[in-house]
Amino acid sequence: MEPILQFFYNLVPGLADLPLWIAATIVGAIVVVAMFTYIALFALIGIWLERKISGHMQDRLGPMEVGGWHGWAQTIADTVKLLLKEDIVPDKADKPLFRFAPILVFAAALSAFAAIPWSRSFIPANLNVGLLYILSISSLVVIGILMGGWASNNKWSLYGGMRAVAQIVSYEIPVSLSLIVAVLIAGTLDMQQIVLNQSGSILSWNVFRFFPFPFIAFFIYFIASLAEVNRTPFDLPEAESELVAGFQTEYSGMRWSFFMLAEYADMFVVAAIATTVFLGGWQAPFEFLTFIPAAFWFLGKALLIVFVQMWLRWTLPRLRVDQLMYTAWKVLTPFSFALIVFVSLWKIL
Amino acid sequence: MKKDNLPAAQFEVEVPDTLKTEEMTLNMGPQHPSTHGVLRVVLKTDGEIIKSAEPVIGYLHRCFEKHAENVTWHQVIPFTDRLDYIASMNNNLGYVIGLERMMNLQVNERAEYLRVIVSELNRIASHLIALGTYGLDIGAFTPFLYVFRDRERILDLFEEICGARLLYNYIWVGGVAYDAPQGWRDKVLQFIDYFVPKIKEYNDILTYNKIFIDRTAKVGVIPADVAINYGLSGPSLRGSGVEFDLRKDDPYSIYDRFDFNVCTGKGQMGTVGDTWDRYWVRVAEMYESAKIVRQAAEQLPEGDAKETVPRNIKVPAGEYYMRTETPRGELGYYIISDGGKTPNRVKVRSPAYCNLSVLPAIAPGVMVADMVAIIGSLDIVLGEVDR
Amino acid sequence: MGEYFKNIYKAIVTILIGMGVTWRHLFTRAVTIQYPHVKRELPPRSRQKLFVDIDDCIGCFQCARACPVDCIDIETVKAGKEEDLGETSTGQKKRLHVVKFDIDLTKCCYCADCVFPCPTECIVMTPKYEFSTYDRFDLIEHFSAYSAEEAEKLKERDRKEKEALAAARAAKMQAAPKPPSSDKPGPSA
Repeated sequence: MEPILQFFYNLVPGLADLPLWIAATIVGAIVVVAMFTYIALFALIGIWLERKISGHMQDRLGPMEVGGWHGWAQTIADTVKLLLKEDIVPDKADKPLFRFAPILVFAAALSAFAAIPWSRSFIPANLNVGLLYILSISSLVVIGILMGGWASNNKWSLYGGMRAVAQIVSYEIPVSLSLIVAVLIAGTLDMQQIVLNQSGSILSWNVFRFFPFPFIAFFIYFIASLAEVNRTPFDLPEAESELVAGFQTEYSGMRWSFFMLAEYADMFVVAAIATTVFLGGWQAPFEFLTFIPAAFWFLGKALLIVFVQMWLRWTLPRLRVDQLMYTAWKVLTPFSFALIVFVSLWKIL
Repeated sequence: MKKDNLPAAQFEVEVPDTLKTEEMTLNMGPQHPSTHGVLRVVLKTDGEIIKSAEPVIGYLHRCFEKHAENVTWHQVIPFTDRLDYIASMNNNLGYVIGLERMMNLQVNERAEYLRVIVSELNRIASHLIALGTYGLDIGAFTPFLYVFRDRERILDLFEEICGARLLYNYIWVGGVAYDAPQGWRDKVLQFIDYFVPKIKEYNDILTYNKIFIDRTAKVGVIPADVAINYGLSGPSLRGSGVEFDLRKDDPYSIYDRFDFNVCTGKGQMGTVGDTWDRYWVRVAEMYESAKIVRQAAEQLPEGDAKETVPRNIKVPAGEYYMRTETPRGELGYYIISDGGKTPNRVKVRSPAYCNLSVLPAIAPGVMVADMVAIIGSLDIVLGEVDR
Repeated sequence: MGEYFKNIYKAIVTILIGMGVTWRHLFTRAVTIQYPHVKRELPPRSRQKLFVDIDDCIGCFQCARACPVDCIDIETVKAGKEEDLGETSTGQKKRLHVVKFDIDLTKCCYCADCVFPCPTECIVMTPKYEFSTYDRFDLIEHFSAYSAEEAEKLKERDRKEKEALAAARAAKMQAAPKPPSSDKPGPSA
């Protein structure tokens, strides 16, 4: 937080005279609002992009009407519609839980943004256990989803919620284990340190060091993170063709849009983690490209991963529950354990 | 019905006595994304695993058989369109050939060829939808739009020849409603040239995808004897390895003149008769239909294709059971005439209805997700199930 | 164990093949038509909205009889002896006032069964497909050339004629009680 505080002290000199806790609260609030705005913007653009990408992958055009140029305002119009929709809470639902679930899901997604390093100085909270923090805070999502699925008092929602728990809890393990491979190399859980550890050219990024182990770990992380954020081929909690809409079945309007927002925020978070841990974070791929701002590299890499997530979504069918478990426990987990062993040995030797 | 022949339930869960569990009744449909219309399946589930499934039908009942008793012989044809609205041409064909056989009518060569071309094109269109929606059921969205892109071309051809895109009313007693317009034959050949390589694309993105195979192989296995006992027909029967195709086994129209194979499931990816086999039979049949269309279009003779019979036909008193191979299986019209202007009775043996009947037999022990795959692989059209 | 690695290999390869397909399609031209801005040229046979050229209609009811869903509603009034309604473009003499020719497009099933029996080819399917309305009663197309008042007048005349005829026949019957002849009485003014 210090660099950001310093930045704001320079911006507004009066801030430095206030007690630290007040200044920190004010700055923190500003950062949270900025992050929220960023997520909302990312969701707007991300949903539009997803529609366009899916459209073109399917020989369609996607939205073309609203706003003129390639329907750029389509998601804005949709958001306005969602905000204006009647807020429906089913009569037999567990109302407090039903109302709280989307907030919890979104809060978990938003909190994860706190420890993501955007550049050398901009990291909202530079924790020395940043990675651990992100992993644990983003698993809160599962509680929100189960809450929503249970509280809806709908059998499809219940299925969706149950599946989400089974899936996300299982995939936490390969996610964490594959990240440990990189942590072993960096020797720290501090997100900023992990990035600094990879400075240099593209070859000093974690994916390409100790080749091929972190590369496979990156691959495992990417697959497992898809399951973490419920994207195809692991979108079982929603599973449109099986469970109607899974845990979201009874949600509409504003509350539903929070689930949507959280999904896109989560997509970005896992992409950001992958970028930070494996792809050198905000570092430029080559020394001579460092004049381009760090945030550009960070965003570029993260968005590339988001694109691949979308690409996969519009290519693959969905797994079944038992196959999902098979993939987690019998493929991804043993492989990540093996990788940890190999990398540790390499480190020691 | 011997229950022993059914394969062992895929998933069995051992529940310790101390754990109290309850079965849940789950109404799948009539509004559900993948029951292919307004089918309702009452599922008894134990967690994700299905204990029993009972299809409830009738949400789309439109009194076809009663309508048929109240309109003239010819006016029944537009109603047959609406049985299986994805393959209307094949529906027209069965009824019309039935009437022609009752009346001992000879049809012009050109009309016969046109009938075969449109029926086989319609079979391709129908199988395309089966493929696309099956992908959708499994969770792959993109193949669905690829097949619609290609089906659109078939519909364009139909629109050109008869003016309609879905409910054609094209095959009439004594011939067809319109002769093919200038250049239509070449367009058909062009389409076949375009279409056959496209099947590889569907295979690349869906058929041979490992996830798709995992989801469909060894799921919903219908052994051959069970399939026969339940009266399955069409790709659902052939998927179980039974080589039975009315175009070969009880030829009608001029199907005996063409060279094509009957495709059966061989269990390439798992067991014979699993959902992947039924799916694969449809893919393979598209190749065969393309072959038939190509032969028919190349041999298409000149001549008159329009009907030569007066429209107020009278069918000699009698009974006839006409069965044809539609994309879904054996579509039978049991026609009773009392010699009057209107049918006395037209009973439809609809393949989708009979195919659906096997659902309760194969459902126990599968998961909810497999249920969707099984319903999709039977390729039912609710318009035909409920009539 | 071999099977296990083979499965993983297969999964990766087939997923990459699938991704290749979607990647290629990302750059192929879309087949979508921007409908309200771009409209497809429909083939001339296209069966969309029914159209009746009422000038050619002779009021023969063939189309109404052919319709499987009874969506065509026709009423006719016999023309008087001195009235000349002209000829159709196919050269048939028109003998009937077609006072009502309504097609209920909400019922129409677009089967084109009515088109074929028409002796003067006056009822046709047109490729016009944009005819949605806000009121479903607007979908009942009135083709008759007569206004409601004219039609009512003609019908009134017809009714009176028929009554007169019936009265005359009754009088005749009274005068000479014998079984009525089978030939129909011709139109009389």
